[in-house]
Parts: sequence; structure tokens; C-alpha cells
Amino acid sequence: MCACRCGIRVHLRGGQVRYIDGNPGHPLNQGVICAKGSSGIMKQYSPARLTKPLMRKPGSERGDNQFVEISWDETFRILQERLAKIRSTDPKKFALFTGRDQMQALTGLFARQYGTPNYAAHGGFCSVNMAAGMIYTIGGSFWEFGGPDLERSKLFVMIGTAEDHHSNPLKIAISKFKRSGGRFISINPVRTGYSAIADEWVPIKPGTDGALLLALTHEIIHTGLYDREFLARYTNAGYLINLDPNSEMQGMPVHDASRHEEIPEYPRNMLWWNRLNEQPAPCHQPDADPYLLGEFTLPDGMPVKPAFQLLMERVKDYTPEWAEGITGIPAATIRRLAHEMGVTARDQKIELPIAWTDSWGTEHEHVTGNPVSFHAMRGLAAHSNGFQTIRSLAILMSLLGTIDRPGGFRHKAPFPRGIPPIAKTPRGPEGVQPDTPLAGLALGWPGTPDDLFIDADNQPVRIDKAFSWEYPLSVHGLMHNVITNAWRGDPYRIDTLMIFMANMAWNSSMNTMEVRRMLNDKDESGEYKIPFIVVCDAFQSEMTAFADLILPDTTYLERHDVMSMLDRPISEFEGPVDSVRVPVLPPTGQCKPFQEVLIELAGRLKFPAFVNADGSRKYRDYPDFITNYETETGSGIGFLAGWRGKGGEKFMQGEPNPRQWEMYAKNNCVFQYKLPPSYQYMRNWNRGYHEWAQRARLRRHADPIVIQIYSEVLQKFRMAAQGRGPAKRRPPAHLAKRIETYFDPLPFYYEPLEAQVTDAHKYPLNAITQRPMAMYHSWDSQNAWLRQIHAHNYLYVNPAMARAQGIADDDWIWVESMWGKVRCMARYSEAVEPGTVWTWNAIGKAAGAWNLAPGANEAELGFLLNHLISDELPHPSPPANSAGDARISNSDPVTGQAGWYDVRVRIYKAGADEAQQSSPQVTAVSALPGMDGVRKTWLAFVAGVKK
Amino acid sequence: MRPAFSVIFLTTLIGAGQGLFVALYSAEYGASLGLWAMPSAQYFSLGCVLVLALLGAGLAASFFHLGRPERAWRSASMWRTSWLSREVIVLPVFMAAVAAFGLVHHLRGAGDLTLALGGAGVVLALLLFVCTGMIYACLPFLQEWHTPLTVINYLLLGCTSGFLLSTAWAAAQAPALLVTAAAWTAGATLAALVMRGAALARNARLRPKSTVQTAIGVKHPRIAQKAQGFMGGSFNTRDFFHGKSISWLRLVKWGFLLLVFPLPLALLAAGAALVSWPILAAAFALQYLGLLAERWYFFAQARHPQNLYYQAIS
Amino acid sequence: MSKQLALVIDLNVCVGCHACVTSCKEWNTSGEAGFMSDDNPYARDPTGTFFNRVQTFEVGEFPNTQTVHFPKSCLHCEDPPCVPVCPTGASYKRAEDGIVLVDYDKCIGCKYCAWACPYGAREIDEHQKVMKKCTLCVDRIYDELLPPADRKPACVMACPTSARLFGDVHDPESVVSKAIRDSGGYALMPEWGTHPANHYLPRRKTEITLHRDELERVDNPLKIDGKLPKPDSRAPSLDDSTSW
Repeated sequence: MCACRCGIRVHLRGGQVRYIDGNPGHPLNQGVICAKGSSGIMKQYSPARLTKPLMRKPGSERGDNQFVEISWDETFRILQERLAKIRSTDPKKFALFTGRDQMQALTGLFARQYGTPNYAAHGGFCSVNMAAGMIYTIGGSFWEFGGPDLERSKLFVMIGTAEDHHSNPLKIAISKFKRSGGRFISINPVRTGYSAIADEWVPIKPGTDGALLLALTHEIIHTGLYDREFLARYTNAGYLINLDPNSEMQGMPVHDASRHEEIPEYPRNMLWWNRLNEQPAPCHQPDADPYLLGEFTLPDGMPVKPAFQLLMERVKDYTPEWAEGITGIPAATIRRLAHEMGVTARDQKIELPIAWTDSWGTEHEHVTGNPVSFHAMRGLAAHSNGFQTIRSLAILMSLLGTIDRPGGFRHKAPFPRGIPPIAKTPRGPEGVQPDTPLAGLALGWPGTPDDLFIDADNQPVRIDKAFSWEYPLSVHGLMHNVITNAWRGDPYRIDTLMIFMANMAWNSSMNTMEVRRMLNDKDESGEYKIPFIVVCDAFQSEMTAFADLILPDTTYLERHDVMSMLDRPISEFEGPVDSVRVPVLPPTGQCKPFQEVLIELAGRLKFPAFVNADGSRKYRDYPDFITNYETETGSGIGFLAGWRGKGGEKFMQGEPNPRQWEMYAKNNCVFQYKLPPSYQYMRNWNRGYHEWAQRARLRRHADPIVIQIYSEVLQKFRMAAQGRGPAKRRPPAHLAKRIETYFDPLPFYYEPLEAQVTDAHKYPLNAITQRPMAMYHSWDSQNAWLRQIHAHNYLYVNPAMARAQGIADDDWIWVESMWGKVRCMARYSEAVEPGTVWTWNAIGKAAGAWNLAPGANEAELGFLLNHLISDELPHPSPPANSAGDARISNSDPVTGQAGWYDVRVRIYKAGADEAQQSSPQVTAVSALPGMDGVRKTWLAFVAGVKK
Repeated sequence: MRPAFSVIFLTTLIGAGQGLFVALYSAEYGASLGLWAMPSAQYFSLGCVLVLALLGAGLAASFFHLGRPERAWRSASMWRTSWLSREVIVLPVFMAAVAAFGLVHHLRGAGDLTLALGGAGVVLALLLFVCTGMIYACLPFLQEWHTPLTVINYLLLGCTSGFLLSTAWAAAQAPALLVTAAAWTAGATLAALVMRGAALARNARLRPKSTVQTAIGVKHPRIAQKAQGFMGGSFNTRDFFHGKSISWLRLVKWGFLLLVFPLPLALLAAGAALVSWPILAAAFALQYLGLLAERWYFFAQARHPQNLYYQAIS
Repeated sequence: MSKQLALVIDLNVCVGCHACVTSCKEWNTSGEAGFMSDDNPYARDPTGTFFNRVQTFEVGEFPNTQTVHFPKSCLHCEDPPCVPVCPTGASYKRAEDGIVLVDYDKCIGCKYCAWACPYGAREIDEHQKVMKKCTLCVDRIYDELLPPADRKPACVMACPTSARLFGDVHDPESVVSKAIRDSGGYALMPEWGTHPANHYLPRRKTEITLHRDELERVDNPLKIDGKLPKPDSRAPSLDDSTSW
């Protein structure tokens, strides 16, 4: 279903789904359900369902959509043969990329056991900036990692969030928040969805959020509206930074080498300048209080400044007036917003009678909080300046003293995690060996340049160039570059690409038409440049036509699923949560859950974790795997945290329980561990919580997670680029400047990379998309009910702007970027900032896909904005040996996050003689074998009644 | 509103039938007063067949309007509240009266019985006009319809076309009546012109009571719909919008004004002067076409407040 | 006074997610009001019978724009104009709870009731050819086989923002009556005297008013770090020039 993973109850009648409603016992959605969930019937019985394994018809060309049925036996034989051969020669030639995957713990494990580094889910083109920008700063992030405590908040600021993320829980919370008199401000170029019910809408130009956040920071610092005590105690604001220009370590916090480090990766031996005795002091000493501002000289003569002083200097010129020119928000509004945030945080303090002990041993009688909260998502993330923007947001939230405190931002288990989290990839190609699991994780959290996943020549090991010097902190990979890179053979060619639940031939790719061409492009020898493509999905999408092998997946109603903490967690503020789905319907046709496919293949390929010592298969099926798998033999950690131990008496950790599924089923399919109140707050620095988390094996260490106002990790990369510092690795010359610029340890604003190379006079408008609440990505156009709500899409334009272009409401227009153009219909809207045009994402479809009639609205009138967006930009500093046509991903230079929302366009009226049809169009595809080839002209669904 | 052709045929056909019957009865009544000679029994009996044919055709047309015509019998049950139910009752009773009137004429010729039956028939015809008109006039929020002019116009336009047909009938069957019938027709036509004109004038000045502001309860001068919750149309967009341009509407208006009033009057004069039933029949046919247009316009002109909710998709 | 069940829809929290739209369809297509047909379900211009729709309006001009999501279903008027016009009695208002219903077995599909509804709340099912509309899930709310907490209209159960309240508007103590009283509940198109039982709650705006002197207080952290100098005690003040 969808990645929000709400609990549902499915009611059957006569073997068919009568209705689906929300599970009132599920902490996530508390009984409510969304439009998609309520339309599950039409998803289940959709004529676009794939029902049989299919092989590209021998002799037909890829993309021709010609397939023949094959058996699962044959399917597994083909896969086993091919994958075993690759695995025993060069495992990285097998790439597994997954889209809206809710089983990343398993897919990731499969890839790791296979031994390929080439695995990622869709995070890289979704919201990795949000994860990385915040986790590298506060050790947690929004959505599944944490969120606003709207139950106690008084002021809620939502920025760059449209309709979707964390949809039902956020809807529940916003509604309660508004009803209890909270003030809700939405900052967004467009006013739809959640923004619609905001008390104030602050329109902003896309990609300029960083400027706004820095101006707010400026105003908050300069009016003294920050929470000094919080900054001093819980962040590195008071850490003294080495400013000695002659020092190898200039720009790093000063470490007191005389102090013993328990955990070298997470040093705690920094210095403060103690205000109480005007002396340097070990940081976080209970009887000291650091200066946050000023400049000092250490006894050895080293000039130093507290990190906060450097932040203040950094934002000095980021005045509201400066930001007005960039964001389009009046300076007075920016000031007022800053004052509202600061004064609410300061004057409406929450004090809960909950005693707790901090990491340095100080006992506190109360948990206090500043009731200002934020939520942000792709509007900030999907820009090539998103990482620094989100760092700015995390720092602003920290300035207001709102991290893991009541009324502010709160973590969800297993967050917070160390900065950076421990998980690491191998550091070089030696980590990838034939017939051997990967020596590390395919995705990790680099802490220094030495953690990059590159070879001795600085070349990436991964096909998507993640963890390379081009995108060092690409912690979710760069799925959006896989096809282009594999096609070009840069860094290398691969053999087999397996895609699960991702529509890479349409809405999940930038530069869609080119990607479609690459997918069936051949080399000189007549071999496909990507030799073998396996697609697993429940529905016929645009992608299936480009498969060599199609694996029909089940729906969420037909299989076992786990919402595991090893995966994207579904925890609540109060403690860990995980849940399961149990099948309520038998698989349709020959559909097989992708999990079962993986378990079967893992057994056949004899992955160490999936076979017994004698080489026999270890897990009967997926439910058996979930019950019995442990991360390491005897670790007691499995996919599910509830009802562990032999009799189900243990939680979080314990031996496998053979009746675990049963116990979940008996308990609403959900496990929630409520922490005692004293462990529910201040978890970055809560000793009690850390000890619990360590015992529960959520974390390896119990050290405090100090907020990185000043980022040491970024500074380490910057130093490497400057040719100094402790890291052994140095970026290649052509990327040194890039690293030095973007790995600034303090937040800064820069124009998105694409804007930097675009003629703003020629392309004056920003074009963005938003996801409608009633659609799950591209997935629901096959849903007879949901497609009535969004049958096709318009480009929303500000009327004043459109009139000036001679464009009337409803006109057919061209939208053109540097990279391409689309023809579509314009719709006037007063709810969009004049410099922005936007449309609903992924409503436009390729003709015939999703088993829709070729003339369906989606294909005839709907359009995809992706055609305007490039997956690559001209390399601003190409390597010396390149021919001058070097390209670099259109992504954030820090994280590789796809810059979806950076595209700039112009619009003009289509000619009167032009077809009233969206453009571009592609050749229609027809239904696949096993699908209902005859489309019903009308439906009359009644559950359980034979017609 | 989207004009419903079954209803257009129903109302225009039975209107003509009712008018023709009133004319037939007037002929007998006038003759009974000695104003003119009693027309032949055939004039009445065949005339009633004509009336019944019109009423029957109208009734048949009405069935096409129903989703479940097999249940049409149920529609007589709510006569206490529903003008439609009343119409459904009055129409067959009226048809029975017409049939009886014609039958008695055929069997026994004119007499007290026919006078009485005819009198009852006329009352029923008038009642039927009221019922038909009130179906539309009783809906307060269809402001174009919610006026006594609606009932008056159903009556006058029905009489006009029925009378016009009666002139052709008289020319064929009872030429002595022709001049009188023509005079009556002219009178009815002119009266209908005045009243239909009055309705047009009234409706042109009508200010809709409902606005998008009252529809959604938001007080602001600038409200624009962006989405109506679906994009491929619904019953609400199919049944309440005529989908034609303003210029088409204007064309239909002037078309019916021409076809219903001056042209038939001219032909009426010619037909009466020449005692030519074919000319008069042509006049009737022409006017009937005009009445179809008039009735189409009657629907199309009505702005249903529900349309405020169905202004835009996206 | 007898019972009048109704929905109260809070526009202050409706985010326009369409959960009420499809949960309604889902319940009713297999319920007593079913089926609810869909035409062209996988082709051009898909269209179907729904009892509830969410519409979107924009109020005002940029940048002072309000986006209003507006759910609309049968309002169960206290004085329903659709009922008396029905020639067969298929359309009726229940005395016991005020729900306006259609008896699908009596309906002849003449559409007169739809003409008589100013709100466009009724839709004919194009395949059963009878008029349909919101039933307030009459086949749910009294179903004793359902747990008591579930005896609510499907849309109310689904609504993630609980923007849909359900109850008896004649009972002054009910949640709906209180909401109407406390939050300025209003009826649609009051000009027609239909007295809709369903009410809407308007947008309500929370604002913060700040006094500029509040920005700086005694505990201003800039003072601690010595960045906010105290006013000069030697500078002129009232004390220098005034004697009381």
C-alpha cells in the first residue's frame, strides 16, 4: 500500500473485500483511513494487476511490450542461473533498486548477502536531504524518524510540505492542534492540502527556504530570542573552534588530547570557555557555563571562538531585507515570524513534572519545553541546496530549544542516533568479493572522507556513484542516476538490474524520454547496454514494458508484511512501535510476494544468512524468516521487537518465538513499547534512555548526541578538500573546490545548482509538483475511484502572471525548460506564488499503461513535469581528461538528493492549430498476458455477490 | 438546466391537445348558445381522437424521461404534495373525459351530456395546465420558473397551439367556425406573446438569490471554484447544464419568438382568408417547432443553484 | 422534539484529502444503497455515482488567498424540498431520526427530486436508474452487529482530521449542537428555507499579538554573553528634568 503504513481492518464478505477501515487500536492512524486506503477494493481488483510471471517474447525488442507467460519454476531457474554467475564473478554487476519499498530491511539484507554494493531504495530521489541534513545535525529527522509534538505545541510552522508525508498521523495531529487553539503557519509556494487550513500562509519562492531560515536565525540571534541554556548544555554552540590559520586543524573544535576518549568515533573532549571563571573548561562540565559569544585565546596561544559566535558571524549579513529579495517574503513578515517563534518559545514554556538525568549526571526535576514546532519535507529537500537548507532548519529548531522536548520536535525510536550513525559501507572495492556478502552495508553514514566508498583512484564503487567525492553523504543512494550511469558505463556496465516497485520509465525518472531510450539502447555488438532488466510490481506500469522478466507481486492484502524497526520505523514519540500485516486474501493468479521471491532466491543462491551449515535452506518462507531470523546468531534482534523470547515474554530483544505472528495477530497486529515518561524526552542526552536503548540494543553506545550547530563531519570533508586534516583521502583536483564550498560546517545559502546555470530572464518561473492526497505516487490511476478524482492534471498558474503572458484560464500552453518542453492545460490559481507554476505529480500517464484505454484522460490531457527536468547538469568543473561534455548529477552536492524542484521554465500559449492533447506522447502499450484484456465499460462492485 | 427532450415533447404535445380540446368544447358551447351552427359529430369525435393522439404521444414521450417506466403507476400516489403526481392523475382523467366526450358525440351527438362532459374536460384541461405549470413554478430556487407566469404561459401557449390546430381542423371539418377560431387563436397568440414576453423580461432582470458565497457560506467578493471533486463529469454536470453557448441561446430565443408568434399569425391570416387547412396545418407545425424551441429555452434559461457547485475542474 | 441526525463539517480542519469520498463509496457500493456504478472506469472521462464529494474553492486574491476544501453530501434538510415533489413517495424523511432517504423500490427515476434540490446532493445511478444520495449510513449506524464505536457513517469514521462530526442537532447537548453553537456553525443557502440539518463550521484564525517591548526581557541571553550593553546611566532621563 503506501509508506505511511497505517493499521487497517479488512472486512470480507463471500471471500471479497466488503470494506476496509482504519484500525482503532493502531497508534499510527488511530482508526482513521485516507482516500487511498478506502479505495483499496479497487486496487485489489484492478484490471492492471499483473498475475503471471512474464518473459519478454523471444525476438521482440525491449519496450515493445511483447511478453510470454512462464512458470515460476522457469523464472527462478533463469534468475538463479544468471544471478549465481554474476555473484561468482563480479557481484556488483547485479543491481537491486527498489522504489516505494516497505521492506528495505529485507531487500537491503538480500543485496548485502549477495555481495553487491548496488542497492538502494528511492530515498535518494525523494527526501534524503531531509534525513541527512537533520541526522547530521540533531541525530534524527522528520516523518518516521521524528516529528512535531503538536499535542503540546503552541506554534506550528510547516515549511515545504505538501499533502502527503506522514499523512494520516499529521492530519490527526494538525486537527487537534488547531482545535486546541494552536497557531499554524505554512510556508510554501502553493496553498493546498495542509496549508489550506493554516492560520497564515506565507508564499515563498521555491529553493529559497534556506535564505528564509537563515534570516529567521539572524533575527532570533540578534534579538536574543534563542534558548541560551539549551544551546549551551545540549549543542556544540559553546565548543571552541580552532581559528589558527597555521594549524592543520583550523576550523575544527579544539579537542583536549589529555582526556581519554571512550569512543574515538564520537569524541567528547571538546572545550568551553567557562564564563564563571573566565577559563577554558572541558565541555559539559556540570559546574561550568560556556560563553557562546566572544573570542578567546587558549593558553597555548591558539585563537578560538565558540561555535555560536561563528554562527552569529555567518548570519550577520543574512538580514530579513536580504532574504526578502530572494524569497519574496516581506522583511517585516520575516521579522514577525522570528519574533512569534522566539517569544512563543521563550514565554510559553512547558514544564512537566518528570524527573530525568542527563548524560553528564545532572539530575533535573522537570522536563521543560518550548512549544514551537516545525515540519518539513520535500519542499526543502528536493533542491540541490537542500542539505544546507535543512541544516539551517535543524539549527533554527535548536536555537529555539525545541529538540526532543515537549511542544517541539520529538524523536521516534530508534532515533536519535549518533552523529553520524554507526552504519558504514565498505571503504573500497575490496569490500566487494565474489560469492561473499558485502563487507559492510550498501548504504551508510560517512563520518570522514575515509568512510567514502571509492577506489584508490577516487572512483566510485557504486553504480550510482553514491559515497563518492561527487556526492559524499548520499546516505540513501542515487537511484535516479542508476539507469543513466549503467547505460553510459560510467563508472562501469552492469549485467542485471532488478527494479522493485519503481516506475523508472516514467514518473520516477528525470529526463524521462531519454531514460526510456537508454532502457532499450544497444551497443555495437547488438547487446542491450543494460543487458537484463527484472521488474517486480503488482501492476502494469510504464516500467514493465522495458522488462526482460516481470515478477507479479501480490498486493498488501495478500501477503505477510512487517513494519520493522530495522526498516523505516513506524515508532511513536513515546517509544518503539512495529507492526505486521497478515494476508486476508489468497494471492491473485500466480502472484507471489516479492519477499518470498527474495527468500527463495537467497536459499537457491546459498547466501550465508539464508542457509544452514550443511547448505540446506534455512527459511521455509517469509513468515518463517521473520520469526527466526536474527541479525547475528543469538543476537536476539530480529525484524520484529514484540513478543520475542521462547514464549513471547520478551520485548525488543529475545530469542525467536515460534508463535510471534500469532501473538501479533492477537494484539491488533501492532507492538508498541511505551517508555517511562522520564525516557520520553531529551533523548539526545538522557542517560536513563540511553542505558535503556543500549540494553534494548537500539544503540551500541550510550553517549550523548550533541547537536551539531557547527558540523565536524562537514569540516572534515572541507579540510580534506583543502589538502589538510587527519583524513587520509583527498578529493580529486576537479572536485576539491566543490567539496570545499558545499561542505561548510556552518549553514549557508546558495542558489540551487540548476538556477546557477539557467538564464533566469529566459526561464523566469520555477516549476514544481505536489502529490495529491488521494493518489499514492503514480500507483492509483488504475484505481477506478481515485482516478475519477484526479483524471488528468493542469498546470496551475498565478492569474496575474498568466494574463501578462496572454494565457487564459483553461488555455493549452507550452511549458519549456532548458531541457525539454511539454504541452498541457493551464488553470488559474490565486493560491500560487507568481514566480511558480505547479502541477500534481504523476497523474499524467503513458498511453495504455496501467491498463487504461489509450485515450484516457491521463494520457490525452494529463502530463508529466519530469520531461522538463534533467537528471544531469553540465559539470561545472570537469575532470582534466574529459572532453568537455562531462556531466554531473542534478543533485545536491552533499547528499546526491535529486533536485526535482530546481527546474526553471517559461510558459507560452500553444498555437490555435495545435492538437488539444498533451505532449510528448508515447506509443500506446496494450494489456499483458494474464491481465484483463477487455476493459469493462462500467463497474458495479458489490462484495461477495456472484454476478 | 439541461433541456429534457421527453419533457419538452410531453408538455408541448399535451398543451396542444389541451388547447385543441378547449377549442372543440368552445365550438360546442358557442353552438349551444346559438352563436354558430353546431359542427358535425365527426368534427368532435375525430377532433377528440386528435386530442387523444396528442395527449397519448405526450404521455408516451414522458415515459422516456423515466429511469424505471415500469413503475410509472406509482407516481399517482403523492397527489397531496406533488404537482407531478397531480399531473399524473389529471392527465388520464382528462384523457378519459376527452374520450367520453368524443365517444358520446360519436354515438349520440351533441347534447347536455356532451356539454357536461366537455365542461368537465375543460376544467380538467385547465387543471392539467396548472399542474404542468406548477411542476416548474413550485420550485422556489429555480427563480426563472418560480412565477405565476410559468403557469400562465403553459396555459396560453398550450391554448395557442391547440387553437391554431383547431383552425386547421375547422377549415377541414367546420369552415363556419374558421373565422371565430382564427380570431380566438390570434387572441390567444397575442396574449401568449405578451405573457411570454413578460416572462422573458422578468427573467432577464432576475438576480440569482444564491451565489457561490451562500453556496459555501463564505463571505468574500472573490471566490472561484478550482475543483468539484471529480473530473469526468457526473449526474450534476450532465443534467443541469445545457452546454450551449450564449449566442446559441439567443438564437433559440429569437427563433422561438419568431416561430411561435408572428409567422404562425401570418400563416393563420392567409389560411383563414383562403380557408386552406394545409396552410393552417403548416402554421401549426411551424408553431409547434417554435414551441419545442420555446420549451428548450425554458429549461436552458433556468439557472439551477446547484450549478454553483460545478463550475470548474482541476 | 424528535431526533434529527446530521453531519457537522468543520472547514477549519478539512484538508481536502477525499477520505470521506471513497470511504463512503466503499461502504455504500456493497451496502443497502448499492451498487454504485462507475462508467468508463478505465477509459476517457471516468464517472460514477458518489454520495459525497470534496470540492475546492479559492477565496480572495494572491497573496491573501484562502483555499477552502468543501465536502458536500445530502444535507438532510429539516424542510427538504426534494421530498414533497416526489410523485411516488420514494423520497421521504424519516420521522424517527430526520434522515432523508430514497426507497429504491419505489423510485421511478424521474429526477424531479434532483431538480428540487438546490444543493445538487442527489445523483441518479446510471445503471439502476434510481435516484441515490447520502443515507447517513443508515445501514451502519443502527447495525447492532457492529461494535458501538463503529456505528457511525463511514465518512465520519474515516476522516483523518475529524472534520466530520455526527449526531443529533435537536439535542442541545450533542457534540454537533455544541459545535454549531460554539464555532458559528452555519447552513448552506439559507435563502431557500430548507433548513439543512447538516451544518458547516467556518475557518477560524489564531493569531499572536506581540508587543515590541516583549522582544527583549531581563533574561535576554545576549546580556549573559555581554553583547547587550546596559543603558548608560549617565544619559539624560526624566529624573534629570522633572521634580514631582
